[in-house]
Amino acid sequence: MSAGALFAQSREEIRMTLEQGERLLLTFIIPILGLILFSQTSIVSTGTSSRVEFFAPSALALAVMSTAMVNLAVATGFERSWGVLKRLGTTPLSPVALLAAKAVAVIVVEVVQTVVLLGIAFGLGWRPHAGAGAAVAAALLATMAFAGLGFLMAGTLRAEATLAVANGLYVVFLGISGIMFPLSRLGGFADLARLLPPTALADALHPALGTGQGVPAEAWIVLAAWAVVAPALAAWRFRFATE
Amino acid sequence: MESIAVSQLSVRRRDVLAVDSVSFVARAGEVTVLLGPNGAGKTTTVETLEGYLRPEQGSVRVLGLDPLHQRSELTPMLGVMLQEGGIYPPMAPARAISLFASYYADPLSVDELLGIVGLNEVAGVPAKRLSGGQRRRLALALALVGRPRVVFLDEPTAGVDPEGRLAIRAVIERLRDQGVCILLTTHELEEAERLADHLVLLRAGAVVADGTPAELLAGADEIRFVAAVGLPTEELAARLSAVVREERPGEYRVARKPDPAALAGVTGWLAERGVALDELRGGRRRLEEVFLELLVDEAQPRAEVPGRRERRRR
Repeated sequence: MSAGALFAQSREEIRMTLEQGERLLLTFIIPILGLILFSQTSIVSTGTSSRVEFFAPSALALAVMSTAMVNLAVATGFERSWGVLKRLGTTPLSPVALLAAKAVAVIVVEVVQTVVLLGIAFGLGWRPHAGAGAAVAAALLATMAFAGLGFLMAGTLRAEATLAVANGLYVVFLGISGIMFPLSRLGGFADLARLLPPTALADALHPALGTGQGVPAEAWIVLAAWAVVAPALAAWRFRFATE
Repeated sequence: MESIAVSQLSVRRRDVLAVDSVSFVARAGEVTVLLGPNGAGKTTTVETLEGYLRPEQGSVRVLGLDPLHQRSELTPMLGVMLQEGGIYPPMAPARAISLFASYYADPLSVDELLGIVGLNEVAGVPAKRLSGGQRRRLALALALVGRPRVVFLDEPTAGVDPEGRLAIRAVIERLRDQGVCILLTTHELEEAERLADHLVLLRAGAVVADGTPAELLAGADEIRFVAAVGLPTEELAARLSAVVREERPGEYRVARKPDPAALAGVTGWLAERGVALDELRGGRRRLEEVFLELLVDEAQPRAEVPGRRERRRR
């Protein structure tokens, strides 16, 4: 397997995300519209000095979740049901190379999402605090955690079930993660929700980029734990072919 | 030299012994056809050779390698067409072929391959909008892009229109002439009869016959003819000193070696009676008869055909 194969595979993985309307809707349109809509209206009160200060990190968290979990799960699930993963098993492209190509594609799409969302947030008057290092580290850990969950679904369920579960999880995570509204609104539920990767990601991005405070240790622990456990579960349960 | 060697192979699939002690070889420059009804174990055999399934007993070797444990050495030399799927529906043929080309050290050019399988005109159309036959031709192209030495084609023309079939068969014959070893499965007799240099008949997970088509088709000491219904067979039997039976209305079988004297005897007798002859065949049987005899006749579970000795070239 050559570098050429990794490059070509990564490029096609990226193109298949960026060329298909329903995938763009998930990865770009919804985070962008959410950022604009919620920061320019008072549908949700955030308790921060400016609404964009809350929703810019939220949109970035949403972008990471949509790309690393939902898009990856749905794409991989369908590739499995189309027999593509099985077929790739008899080409010189190794499973490790395929995984690497998918990782490259996820990171590249996330970088594009970040650039677009940051540009819009700047246009809306947002000025982030200097927490870029912590934000990038949190996003990478969350990407591993979400990708693990995505592969776990894609490698064990039928494609249609993966589609349903991934989107269902996305909606649930959106509601209880502190992405759409501050976690304090969940009351006693908040402590439980803090154990989930999207909540930990929002808990890390909001202080790192928004308020300038330090990221709580609890968020790092939760993110790191999911970043190890979810990919390990996926590696253990993943089946390349449906039978 | 043997490109593929299957020896005493048994494979269990979902607790069922799908392949039971199967042995055969396939050689370079030949089309070996695994022929049998659905459920005979064809796909299980091929997928074990491709490294997808684990043998329960026995062994498989492809180009001398173990497909399960020497995957990285073997895959650069393999071309695989799965029974279904294996292509990205959103991807157009040109893109899919150039993607697969990137996996191999010395791939065919995309344009050349599009021409070989006849997909030039739809090179930019997403696979999901192609016809079933065009998708199978794309799957074939993806199997060939790496210049494989061994090609596995699992029912390559199932559900393909006649034009597509001709195109696929032409590609297979071209590969054979280039010295590639081709292992093809089908449950269609016509396909097997047209393509096979070497036939392996499977039934219920076991080999029931193995040889060249010539070997499997020859050897019947019989004359068959089709004429008017209800001829007095005992009269012809007496004249030829052989058993004559009307097996189906108007279809007669004479149990005698088809030498010229016997054939003249049949036609002479018909001429005397003024009966028109619709069909006359001696010696060489149609594959369908062999197939039915070997596969359907439960009373005769195994018909041994001597191992193949000579290569049949066409």
